[in-house]
Amino acid sequence: MIAEFGHFALTLALATALYQFVMPLFGAWKGDVAVMRSATWAAFAQCALIASAFAALTWCYVTSDFSVANVYENSHSAKPLLYQFAGVWGNHEGSMLLWVLILSVFGAAVALFGSNLPVTLKARVLAVQGSIGVAFLLFILLTSNPFLRLNPAPIEGRGLNPILQDPALAFHPPNLYCGYVGLSVAFSFAVAALIEGKVDAAWARWVRPWTLAAWMFLTIGISMGSWWAYYELGWGGFWFWDPVENASFMPWLVATALLHSSIVVERRNALKVWTVLLSIVAFSLSLIGTFLVRSGVLTSVHAFAVDPRRGIFILAILAVFIGGSLALYAWRAPSLQQGGLFAPISREGALVVNNLLLASAAAAVLIGTLYPLAIEAINGAKLSVGAPYFNMTFGPLMVPLLILVPAGPLLSWKRADAWAVAQRLWVAAVISLVIAVAVLAFVHRGPWLAPFGIALGVWLIVGTLTELVERIRLSRAPLALSWSRLIGMPRSSFGMTLAHLGLGVTVIGIVSVTAWRYESITVMKPGGTVDIAGINVKFLGEHPATGPNYTADAGSFAVKVGDRKITTLTSAKRTFVPSRQTTSEVAIHSFPTGDLYLVMGDKQPGNGRTVRMYFNPLAPFIWLGGILMFIGGGLSISDRRYRVGAPRPSRRPVAQAAE
Amino acid sequence: MTRKQQRMGMIVGGLALLAAAAGLILYSISDTLVFFYTPSEVVQNGVMPGTRFRLGGLVEKGSLVRDEGTRVHFTVTDTDKQIPVTYQGVLPDLFREGQGVVAEGKLNARGVFVADTVLAKHDAKYMPKEVADALKKKGVWKEGEKMSRSTTQ
Repeated sequence: MIAEFGHFALTLALATALYQFVMPLFGAWKGDVAVMRSATWAAFAQCALIASAFAALTWCYVTSDFSVANVYENSHSAKPLLYQFAGVWGNHEGSMLLWVLILSVFGAAVALFGSNLPVTLKARVLAVQGSIGVAFLLFILLTSNPFLRLNPAPIEGRGLNPILQDPALAFHPPNLYCGYVGLSVAFSFAVAALIEGKVDAAWARWVRPWTLAAWMFLTIGISMGSWWAYYELGWGGFWFWDPVENASFMPWLVATALLHSSIVVERRNALKVWTVLLSIVAFSLSLIGTFLVRSGVLTSVHAFAVDPRRGIFILAILAVFIGGSLALYAWRAPSLQQGGLFAPISREGALVVNNLLLASAAAAVLIGTLYPLAIEAINGAKLSVGAPYFNMTFGPLMVPLLILVPAGPLLSWKRADAWAVAQRLWVAAVISLVIAVAVLAFVHRGPWLAPFGIALGVWLIVGTLTELVERIRLSRAPLALSWSRLIGMPRSSFGMTLAHLGLGVTVIGIVSVTAWRYESITVMKPGGTVDIAGINVKFLGEHPATGPNYTADAGSFAVKVGDRKITTLTSAKRTFVPSRQTTSEVAIHSFPTGDLYLVMGDKQPGNGRTVRMYFNPLAPFIWLGGILMFIGGGLSISDRRYRVGAPRPSRRPVAQAAE
Repeated sequence: MTRKQQRMGMIVGGLALLAAAAGLILYSISDTLVFFYTPSEVVQNGVMPGTRFRLGGLVEKGSLVRDEGTRVHFTVTDTDKQIPVTYQGVLPDLFREGQGVVAEGKLNARGVFVADTVLAKHDAKYMPKEVADALKKKGVWKEGEKMSRSTTQ
């Protein structure tokens, strides 16, 4: 019964979405305020209906109702409760349901918080949201219905793929989807603005919090995914340029560009046409990402759909939304009024360079991701574009961007004095170079470029702090005055500072792990020891272990530095009951200087085990930086000016204005 | 500088940056492409030793040999031709004899494929598309696979 209820709710949601798509547009065209206002209620109703459907599917999972095909295929009654929940979106149908749920939640949020929007703009934004809802609800009902029944009902389910049974992964897809789908709001605002023919500072201020929210979710989602790959997949890396990773990374790059360009629209009323285009492109890349992941066209760890019908359906959705919005853009964008002239060396100029570099980087990633598909479609040759390509293109594009980051916020709007900015940053430059030289002198391993990578991270951190010090006039004004300036700073400025600091921290983490990791692969017998990066690891032996749905061989390892005992690590090989699939459980101990990373491998003759160990210097920095960026985004979003209803003209003193 | 000149300067600068990015992409992509071959294709095309490529097929039953230490040897087959493979390191969890595998590396002078990355598939729901297609052609494909990988790089 519950499954049928879910199916019914989903069908009703489609009808509501259809209403939300058509009627507000009609109302806006006719100037009928009551019809336009009804969009708000349609958005609420659609959200409630999809939430009911999602609750119904969750109920089927938690009660292990194996008469539902989707539950049978992806769940097992012995699975821990957390993964019975997470199993709901650990498969194609459920994850698409989660996708539309999040879409409708964003739609309802716009309806709820958008009371200060002009009534026509709000109606059109909700209509565009509704149209996306229609497309994806149709997709679910026609090709990916999670509520199909099995007759007779099986007694036991097949279980969730063991490598997906992990807390970080349980929450990774919802985060990522919030990011993907959150960009739909910026998209809807862009399309609505094109229909209205008006983009101004107020528009930018309305869009910005939604973009920030989507960006935050993408940031934390990508960080969690990378962290999961690091400790779960057991080969010690944190980023593989896997197409599915790229699928989430491209929208992130463009969303980052959008965050920066929308500042220019808000403050200076310039770059409007470009910002609208970025809003469209950002969500288009989310759709492409959804297509890549959901259609199963890729060779990848993550792709778990193998049905070409679905691929073609999503491709059609892609064509309609990307093609439609770009056509509308081509038609209407020239009518948008341009404003706000600026010199090449100015805050605006720096933000344009930021946008060019981020967009080029996103294009490089897109080409590398799609190239193998295109070649195979053309002449059938199978090839792969691996990490070397991405390192060679992405790296050189990021370096100038990272060098410019500390300078950007120090430049004044409209026309800036490059020399004055250079004078303010020379301390940061000297500190970074000294650190590069010091690293070069003391570390004799790894590539010669690596110390400069570290210097780049330090430059980002010190340069960003320099900007903060300048802003509060520390050391130039009395301390009390600096303090009052610090606490008087808008939260969005703190947000920017924190996000840029996070970027520096991540850069340092990535460079040091990539350049200076230690690796050891050996056969260890009980009692045997291995030294890695000054750490002594002793294999104590193995013992059998059991979990709720697996059995395991667990190996214990004593970790010592010198004579000091640090900890005992346990790495296990698990065999899951329903599928007989095995996974390796990685053991990690974080030192202040980095991670000791240990995986127990296959049995060897004579009681031995292959053991793979890494020492990853400063590895936690990679994710710490992601968390800082996330918090920075949160501070920005809570800035007062997004909560104040009436849009104000930007007449603040120049040095104050920054994101 | 007049406004017009400034704007031209910005446009030229932007275009130069985009051209540099495009050049970088073209240069890197031709240099870093890795082709995928089945054992039959390796024999047919006469792939030169030292060329980096991906080798895909089934791990031949009974071919897995472990050296003293962590080096392993196995044979990849598409049921027609066989290529011997050697790999130093820990094989992925899903590596099994008789199952599909993709190895990345180079042939050495004696015709042995020296792999630095091994990707294995198993009988869940998904398999490397290249292997599936290649095996389908040979008629030895089984429904749905998933993969895991192992690398020494």
